[in-house]
Amino acid sequence: MALPNHTPLNYRIWHYTYLTFCGLVFFFLIAPLFVILPLSFNAEQYIHFSSKMLALDPEGFSLRWYEDMIYGTKNPWGLATKNSLVIAFFATIGSTVLGTVAALGLSSRHMPYKAAFMALLISPMIVPLIISGTAIFFFMAKVGLAATHTGIVLSHIILGTPFVVITVTATLSGFDHSVTRAAASLGSNPVNTFMKITLPLIMPGVISGALFAFVTSFDEVVVVLFLAGLENTTIPIQMWVGLREQLSPTIMAVATCLIIMSTLILVSAELLRRRSERLRGINH
Amino acid sequence: MKGQLFITALFFIMSQEQILSSDGIPLEQSLKKAERKNKLKAVLLVAPLFLFLLIIYVFPIGDMLFRSVDDRMITKMLPKTFQAMENWDGQDLPDEPVYKAIYEDLKYLKENKTYGKIIARLNYEKSGFSSLIKKTVRKLKKIEEGNYKEQFIKIHKRWGQPEYLVALKNAAPNWSYAKYLKGIDMRFDQDRNIIQVEEDRRIYKILWMRTINVAFWVTLFCFVLAYPISHLLATLPMKYSNLLMICVLLPFWTSLLVRTSSWMVLLQQQGPINDLIVWLGLAADDNRPELMYNVIGTFVAMTQILLPFMVLPLYSVMKTISPSLMRAGKSLGGTPLVSFVKIYFPLTIPGIGAGCLLVFILAIGYYITPALVGGASGSLISNSIAYHMKSSLDWAFASALGTMLLVGVLAIYWVYNKLVGIDNIKLG
Repeated sequence: MALPNHTPLNYRIWHYTYLTFCGLVFFFLIAPLFVILPLSFNAEQYIHFSSKMLALDPEGFSLRWYEDMIYGTKNPWGLATKNSLVIAFFATIGSTVLGTVAALGLSSRHMPYKAAFMALLISPMIVPLIISGTAIFFFMAKVGLAATHTGIVLSHIILGTPFVVITVTATLSGFDHSVTRAAASLGSNPVNTFMKITLPLIMPGVISGALFAFVTSFDEVVVVLFLAGLENTTIPIQMWVGLREQLSPTIMAVATCLIIMSTLILVSAELLRRRSERLRGINH
Repeated sequence: MKGQLFITALFFIMSQEQILSSDGIPLEQSLKKAERKNKLKAVLLVAPLFLFLLIIYVFPIGDMLFRSVDDRMITKMLPKTFQAMENWDGQDLPDEPVYKAIYEDLKYLKENKTYGKIIARLNYEKSGFSSLIKKTVRKLKKIEEGNYKEQFIKIHKRWGQPEYLVALKNAAPNWSYAKYLKGIDMRFDQDRNIIQVEEDRRIYKILWMRTINVAFWVTLFCFVLAYPISHLLATLPMKYSNLLMICVLLPFWTSLLVRTSSWMVLLQQQGPINDLIVWLGLAADDNRPELMYNVIGTFVAMTQILLPFMVLPLYSVMKTISPSLMRAGKSLGGTPLVSFVKIYFPLTIPGIGAGCLLVFILAIGYYITPALVGGASGSLISNSIAYHMKSSLDWAFASALGTMLLVGVLAIYWVYNKLVGIDNIKLG
């Protein structure tokens, strides 16, 4: 972004003001996340940068809160992690299968009332979670699925499908349908064509939708707050409970682990996006 | 000339006799059949998700609407009373049969120990019912047959005041929109007129206004912050913009609770931001400003958390704007400002619309962040819904508030769908 030599001074000032402003906004976006990392290694019990930490004295840092997170007495994180993973796993499978199949139908040019169906299937993403939570709670209580894993998984499938529908329809929009016709003319049945031709081609979209569904379920707290009993506690619930009581360094340790996880997910999502663009022949 | 002749001939033949497909069925019919089959196939693919959503999502939301107007509990619990009251004009005190019916209903409720429910419900209607019913139930066994009216008034003088009996009669309808009135700080008075509640109890109007206010300003802040950086991301060479994009995408993928907790760390009284303010000499060390548990905390945290939802649609629109357009503007003598206002900005309007509507929709229903950093003065309508769901257990009222919020959100969603098209949502 270097400016040519003949740029007048006022443009120059304007240009650097603009770059500084952008820099500040990027800082505003990313910096809060990095506050958590050092605090999780704090040797003291307070959520505060101690003078030892600021002086980079090794005594100011420790792994005790990570130990507390894993081995602490009466510690909820083990059960919460297990529940979160189990729920997110099944919710992801459910959302991905239902969402992908629906996206195939929605992308067909023969689908009637396409816009209306699309609007309905996307709506769980738009409707505020507090309303979805309230409504789903009434339903689950009525059918006896409140405070069960099944109830939570079913509601997370609902919340995850819009993302799968969106990503898979986006992938299908660049899909060349002559390849499936070619397969059919060569004698392949529709299921075989889907498994061998369509699915591998739309796989990047399916996986990135699945990632969204996984993260949605793994992070979701509002609906679980309504549905969960003591046995169904998840990581977000434990964080919510902890944050309402007081900020503890253990929560910072958990948060650090979650940030590392989201970094990994971000990297895989980015790789998938690029692969899918390459497959669809979009080049920048 | 030749081709035209051929087509004319073809039409002539077609009008004479239908073209048949290889198995002898007219081509038109065969095509229609194939189209029908394809249509059915598409519908069948959408059907599983559609049905799933219908049962576990659409139906429960309908149930929520139903709950918000359902008011049958009292009618079911005091059946004889309301039957007897049908002949009463609601002016003076009712006659003996009404009191007899009340006695029978209360006696039945006392035997089944279920009168607690109606006390709460009747107290909504008019305060004072609680002690009235409790005292009456306690002394019920002393009541002898005959002359119930006199005995009731002897137990509690309120049985002799017509307004209590009118209030009881007013509780009779099965359906009521009273909860919606409560949601906008209105209520029914004794004569079923709609009036505002007392000045010091008007809380929901403030809450609605604050919710809309916060959503509006958060959207505006997000827009002001996102526009320049989206422009930068869209115009920088790929290798730099990819790196900077991480700053947008990492918060986007990070757990909401993690991001909220980082704001709790930053904004607390002994936190880094306050340290900085003290260090700069803007405030005394013993008089640190409250940045959290008020509306400031809600604003700052929500702006940062929702910012990626503004950047992504803006970026995807700006990416498609060719840089040669701005160059053309300049070469035709426009200053950068004029070229921006006349060329670039109008082209980004679809992205602005998409981003603003998305952020506004998300902000208006936000719950977690205001609940954690907002305190009492920064809590929004969602927090009130959660309170009535989990603490006060007035589910009908929570449903009514939820329905009002839902209607608002769906209206914006509809506009969004008209302007942007829901299938144009871009993720990541």
